[in-house]
Amino acid sequence: MKVLVTVKEVAEVADDFEIEGTEVDERYLEYDLNEWDDYAVEEAVQLKEDGPAEEVVTVTIGPERSEETIRMALAKGADRAVRVWDDALEEPDLLDVETKANLLAAVVEEEDPDLVLTGVQAGDDAFGATGVSLADHLGFQWGAVVNALDYDHEAGVAHVHRELEGGVEELTDIELPAVLTIQTGINEPRYASLRGIRQAQSKEIAPKSLDDIGLDADAVESDLTLTSMYEPESESDAEIFEGDASETAGQLATVLREKGVAE
Amino acid sequence: MSDVLAVTEHRRGELRDVSYEVISAGRELADATGGDLHLAVISGDVEAFADDLDREGVDYIHTVDEGEEFNHDICVQAIEALHAELDPQVLLMPNSVNGLDYAPAVANRLDLPLVTDAVDFNYDGGLTVTREMYGSKVETTVEVGGDRQAVTVRDAEWPQAEGVGDAEISAFDADIDTDTGSTVTGFEEVGSGDVDISEADFIISIGRGIEEEENLDLIRDLVEATDATLASSRPIVDNGWLPKNRQVGQSGKVVTPDVYLAIGISGAVQHVAGMKGSDTIIAVNTDPNAPIFDIADYGIVGDLFEVVPELIEEFE
Ligand SMILES: Cc1cc2nc3c(=O)[nH]c(=O)nc-3n(C[C@H](O)[C@H](O)[C@H](O)COP(=O)(O)OP(=O)(O)OC[C@H]3O[C@@H](n4cnc5c(N)ncnc54)[C@H](O)[C@@H]3O)c2cc1C
Ligand SMILES: Nc1ncnc2c1ncn2[C@@H]1O[C@H](COP(=O)(O)O)[C@@H](O)[C@H]1O
Repeated sequence: MKVLVTVKEVAEVADDFEIEGTEVDERYLEYDLNEWDDYAVEEAVQLKEDGPAEEVVTVTIGPERSEETIRMALAKGADRAVRVWDDALEEPDLLDVETKANLLAAVVEEEDPDLVLTGVQAGDDAFGATGVSLADHLGFQWGAVVNALDYDHEAGVAHVHRELEGGVEELTDIELPAVLTIQTGINEPRYASLRGIRQAQSKEIAPKSLDDIGLDADAVESDLTLTSMYEPESESDAEIFEGDASETAGQLATVLREKGVAE
Repeated sequence: MSDVLAVTEHRRGELRDVSYEVISAGRELADATGGDLHLAVISGDVEAFADDLDREGVDYIHTVDEGEEFNHDICVQAIEALHAELDPQVLLMPNSVNGLDYAPAVANRLDLPLVTDAVDFNYDGGLTVTREMYGSKVETTVEVGGDRQAVTVRDAEWPQAEGVGDAEISAFDADIDTDTGSTVTGFEEVGSGDVDISEADFIISIGRGIEEEENLDLIRDLVEATDATLASSRPIVDNGWLPKNRQVGQSGKVVTPDVYLAIGISGAVQHVAGMKGSDTIIAVNTDPNAPIFDIADYGIVGDLFEVVPELIEEFE
């Protein structure tokens, strides 16, 4: 079996930042492997180590910069990577779900995996939708917010738990080929070992343009336009304690005593 | 067409709160588009659900009597058929865990632009949606083109619809193929155990700001000195540092203590869902822009490793 994992490089915003137009100024952004995708990579690598998967391939839509993140996934055990990028993708401030699913579907069709693992959501744009949209593009089955996966190779069925609200999990059987969106906590993502990091240097990251995956600029036409970005107006009337650590702790202690919860 | 179609949700025989929220959101939008508000009720005891959902502002309720529990294959087919019949301007769905499991497929199948996790919207000939990015640190507005649109709405952003309506309730025959590729086989309750944090009066909750498992001892000392109950955000439980029954939030416990002291927690929407009903909320966080301060009553912008030891001293 072949497993494909979608891996996004996400931007994290510094404590203090400035917005330029409809973007956070580049100076205040730090890039990292999306938390949810880290768990998806681990789940795929475990499927390989436990037997059923022969190959784990990652796919990323991202500029050259994202290769650093892709190397991280390779160092953790993925075999090779595909990176899709194109000048046509430079323009929009926001890649919408449909565009992302279009591009990823083209790669999935080329790679022909049995199982695709995505994250539940990307930490930055937080659509929480790309995996399920991708499944429907492909005509694959799917399951969203999966926090336990038991794969039955004989039957070609994934027995999964979907984590619902309020401490309830749904037990579902999903026929392959399928896309599962992976929830944090499903496993313990490993740290890349020194050996893994060294090996990752010689693993393939194949760059692909739209043309390479058989698409044209229409595939990235979006109905969504980001028209403004701003810091949300705080509705808060929080009283912020001033002073050094001992002064602020003292004021906090007074509040706790006033509320009668601590003595 | 200017109608709005909103999809409701239930689980194990009960309507979920989001169902009443999508009514309010849908009514607001239908007023702006100048159309009717239609509700979709899919699977389960649809007749009883429809009666309950007939609240003020609902014009039509369409029931699809197929299956007991949510199944995404059935849900997607039902909405697809209803959409073809009603041709609504906007399709509203909850941004719940089940919403995540069908809304993107519905949008794809109907070729609708999709905007998820809306906290506000505006319709003025065209649709503009407000949503957050970067863990709620920024808000954005998104103009949604296309002839028709699909939007999922954030939990608890709109009030629950009340009153009694006089909606026209009718059964809709969606002609559904029940030979589905996924089968729900059951449910499991998780996160029970020795403590029930939802009973506590004073909760000290710790988040990823604690950095290392060893550092939890510092928080345990504070918990002991103040006789509080220890809880946490999700990453602490994901890491296996605390058991599941200590997790506060959407997928954990909902708590309403007299005082909730959040230390090193950013205040992500799924966390806030579990603690915003606390009487008094106090936050300790190094980031003055952390969203937790938006719902806090008191705050310290500072390093927990400096503040907590001082606090322990206060109570020892
Ligand atoms: C479907 C779904 C369900 C979810 N369910 C839940 C849920 O039930 N509960 C939940 O909590 N989350 C849930 N999440 C995850 C949620 O989105 C967030 O990822 C999570 O709440 C973040 O936890 P955190 O605030 O501890 O970590 P972070 O967001 O990483 O925040 C850490 C905070 O610590 C601060 N900090 C760092 N160092 C220090 C220091 N030295 N002193 C003081 N402050 C410091 C930082 O400024 C930051 O604000 C869910 C997500 C999804 C998609
Ligand atoms: N640019 C991208 N490249 C690769 N995978 C992506 C990209 N954007 C989203 N994904 C995948 O889709 C998941 C959900 O993202 P989103 O729908 O944007 O919240 C992520 O966890 C990734 O696995």
